[in-house]
Amino acid sequence: MSEFRMPSLGADMEAGTVVEWRVHPGDRVKRGDIVALVETEKGLIEIEIFQDGEIESLVMPEGEKVAVGTVLAMISGEAAPPPAAKVEPAPKVAPKAPPVPHRTESTGRARVSPLARKRAQELGVDLARVVGSGEGGAIAAADVERAAGQAPPTAPAPAVGPPPGTATDRQAAMRKAIAAAMARSKREIPHYYLGTHVDMSKAMAWLTAENLRRPVTERLLYSALAIKAVALAVHEVPETNGFWVDGAFQPGAGVHVGVAISLRQGGLVAPAIHDVDEMPLNDLMRSMLALVQRARSGVLRSSEVSDATITVTNLGERGVETVFGIIYPPQVALVGFGTLVEQPWAADGMIGTRPVIAASLSGDHRASDGHRGARFLAAIDRLLQEPEKL
Amino acid sequence: MSDEGAAPRAIDRDHALLLLRQMIRIRRFEEKSAELYSDGKIRGFLHLYIGQEAVAAGAMQALRPEDAVVATYREHGHALVRGVSAGAIMAELYGKVEGCSRGRGGSMHLFDAATRFYGGNAIVGGGLPLAVGLALADKIQGHPRLTACFFGEGAVAEGEFHESMNLAALWQLPVLFCCENNLYAMGTALARSESETDLCLKASSFEMPAWPVDGMDVIACETATRRAAESVRTGGGPHFVEFRTYRYRAHSMFDPELYRDKAEVEEWKERDPIPAFAARAKQDGLLQDEDAAAIEDEVGVEIAKSVEFAEAGTWEPVEDLTRFAYSERPAGR
Amino acid sequence: MTTPAPVKTTYREAVRAAIREALQRDERVFLMGEDVGRYGGCFAVSKGLLAEFGAARIRDTPLSESAFVGAGIGAALGGARPIVEIMTVNFSLLALDQIVNNAAAILYMSGGQFSIPLVIRMTTGAGRQLAAQHSHSLEGWYAHIPGIKVLAPATLEDARGMLWPALEDPDPVLIFEHGSLYNMAGELAADAGAVDISRAAVRRPGTDVSLITYGGTLGKTLAAAEELGADGINAEVIDLRTLRPLDTETIIGSVSKTHRAVIVDEGWRSGSVSAEITARIVENAFYDLDAPVARVCSAEVPMPYAKHLEDAALPQVPAIVAGARRLVSGHE
Repeated sequence: MSEFRMPSLGADMEAGTVVEWRVHPGDRVKRGDIVALVETEKGLIEIEIFQDGEIESLVMPEGEKVAVGTVLAMISGEAAPPPAAKVEPAPKVAPKAPPVPHRTESTGRARVSPLARKRAQELGVDLARVVGSGEGGAIAAADVERAAGQAPPTAPAPAVGPPPGTATDRQAAMRKAIAAAMARSKREIPHYYLGTHVDMSKAMAWLTAENLRRPVTERLLYSALAIKAVALAVHEVPETNGFWVDGAFQPGAGVHVGVAISLRQGGLVAPAIHDVDEMPLNDLMRSMLALVQRARSGVLRSSEVSDATITVTNLGERGVETVFGIIYPPQVALVGFGTLVEQPWAADGMIGTRPVIAASLSGDHRASDGHRGARFLAAIDRLLQEPEKL
Repeated sequence: MSDEGAAPRAIDRDHALLLLRQMIRIRRFEEKSAELYSDGKIRGFLHLYIGQEAVAAGAMQALRPEDAVVATYREHGHALVRGVSAGAIMAELYGKVEGCSRGRGGSMHLFDAATRFYGGNAIVGGGLPLAVGLALADKIQGHPRLTACFFGEGAVAEGEFHESMNLAALWQLPVLFCCENNLYAMGTALARSESETDLCLKASSFEMPAWPVDGMDVIACETATRRAAESVRTGGGPHFVEFRTYRYRAHSMFDPELYRDKAEVEEWKERDPIPAFAARAKQDGLLQDEDAAAIEDEVGVEIAKSVEFAEAGTWEPVEDLTRFAYSERPAGR
Repeated sequence: MTTPAPVKTTYREAVRAAIREALQRDERVFLMGEDVGRYGGCFAVSKGLLAEFGAARIRDTPLSESAFVGAGIGAALGGARPIVEIMTVNFSLLALDQIVNNAAAILYMSGGQFSIPLVIRMTTGAGRQLAAQHSHSLEGWYAHIPGIKVLAPATLEDARGMLWPALEDPDPVLIFEHGSLYNMAGELAADAGAVDISRAAVRRPGTDVSLITYGGTLGKTLAAAEELGADGINAEVIDLRTLRPLDTETIIGSVSKTHRAVIVDEGWRSGSVSAEITARIVENAFYDLDAPVARVCSAEVPMPYAKHLEDAALPQVPAIVAGARRLVSGHE
């Protein structure tokens, strides 16, 4: 016994209606005989049977519209038709992958969408503190809003914060952003802290002599020496310079030192000076001064705001002796320098006083450990003992 | 230049068996394709050659292996007689990679380099310029071979027909234009689309030798094509042969044939080329009853095997989708 | 041995030299098209070739674009190496079926059996007051079709050097010669020959903005770059040279460096090559952009006859300069 089904007569034929049966139960049929008249969208088509046999029963009454493949009649025959049921499915067409993009190598340029930049400016978010959720760490608007402590607005959200407008508003927005960033840093980054005291006598002596030879406008501050020393020390312990992204350490493309700068109206930014390790001290000093000025007048370049690979904070002028700071994510280290203090110092079996700075390291324990951190601080110390080589 | 009354060339028993076998092969292959299409195994469009077998079976006898063949979307019969295996064709209809076109073409685009079978063209009239070009290459390079171009009478309405006929005649290219006039271009009767329905007259207006042939008589088809081919080969320039024939099935599978009378179809069925030839050959003492039966059995096996081959075939890996958009090696010298 | 001095020549002469070289080097090569023989070519490109090579190799065809383009395809299938000349891209529309349904598709449809090593040359572009039916720039349409390659030689070197590699290519290659370039005069190395046909070229290196163009508008784009330079804007000019395949690598390399892009395309902007390039820049260099991508294209009108209207419809130097300025400084 076999089934005679509504045939598919075209790729776009989905259904048909038996308008008239041309055979009755008991009729003998042979291959090629017309058995029914079927109505389709295109018109009436006679359908044939492809086997010899006898009509057992007409399952489908005239006048009913049925889908292609529906059983219309039962045939008892000598030859069973070829197995029609099993239609081997064609392999599923896998979604075609988009063509491999011609991504240029990382130029060190931050991947921030235009909308994200706009939001960052509106919210006063430092893009350096934002971790991007997009491909290759790309920062989208939602990332900026998250960093600012605000959920992406789903409804008109009064809690979004004061609209960017007056300076006070912007300042409030910035504080909020900083607060969110710092809270996140403490939440997510396993900090460890190391401190050391650096004998700055050689450095200060060299600095004094050096500055005597220079016009006032070109005089160096010891903070330049410190920052340069940090940049060079990075080469010995590279896992202090870079980012923790997607569960792995990404070394920075260069040594771009973020310099924490306090703003007069309150708040803190830490814009980067690029490639400090290769910079002569003169250039570094000039960059630092320019940076402070630009930061304080609010005209930092986007690359400065987002490119820092390690940050240095110097609260020395505030009179604080030691500072253990909070790392700016996604960076993995923060170096702090305290006030320059004359302190008793034991050396060569004698006691004297030396100008001393407390240098500290806040490290991300995922990227480095105390052992490596100690080496880093020791390197800074050592470099500051040879200030002429900085 | 009509040659309808020319005496057919005397044939022997072997040749009679060959002609009968080829026509039966085509007939049963097409019937099986119709069945498989209804079952959903073959998709897209399917254009059956049932009724026109005498043309392909007869005309192909005049061609040599080194000649080229260009055909239309109703080309299963031409491909079979030309020498493309039933398995390769069936697998192509199934869309399997073992098909003659790797499953890339389907019913309308059968291609086979080994037999110089250049499609399988789905644009009516679109193959004629190709045939002209193939013949042009032969003439330029001094290859003594011809290009047979099969097309339906519907192509006569297309500009490409006139351009191609003109160019072939102007440059005296070795093209054999084989027009299969089955009276309907899809659903449009010839008389409703052509102001002048005498196709040979149209052809001869290009200064091209042209004559009509009874397309239901396989011997007449072979004789006429041999004559024309001989003339083309010996520097006679392009020739045009009009095969007057009829398709018993609809234009394609999904066609309710609203445009023609059942009575007309029945009339033409009485001139079915296969029983007509079998009867005549028997009358002439060339064939016995058992011969047809034996051929049917053998053809049945061949067709069944081709279906098995297609069923067992494989799908081209999707990863290879973009292969052959461009050549993978420099074109041969 | 001293290198021979460069030769003074024109774009037209360079194309002719390329055809001559091809005819001499490979006996399978022949030229076929309307008026290529006795007339010497509508743009005088093939002048003298009939006398030199004879009627079998320089074939005048009837006005039957579909037939002779299709014949070119068939001849390529049959082992010849035809150069089909369609007088202009405007007439190529009559042969679109043969190009799209046969030339571009036969290799794929046949499962890889039949390559079509065909070259089709066409003149393209506007600027000579030839009105709507004789002024198209449809390179973009052809660049849309998989299975063919599309070249746009804009320099003497490319006019001289693209034909041979195109003939050697196993697949159909369309070469578009902008009508305004035929008279372009300059110097060409005496031994100038085949060039690469797969890469774009940086015609003028720069840092501030990428001006990307092809074919007939290269000259205007270079002139715009000079003007911008005087204003302190250092523009980089990219000559695409090949429209299919597009040299995405060179484009992205440039835009990643300059962060700004202006595309100059004589086609209409809608759905054009400039639209395709914009999409690729957005896909691949989004984070390197400092400004939106700008386009300078023909006005969306059939080309008018009156000179002032035609001039207004086509991309011109001031528009390119203004477009670039706007990207660099936020204003013109």
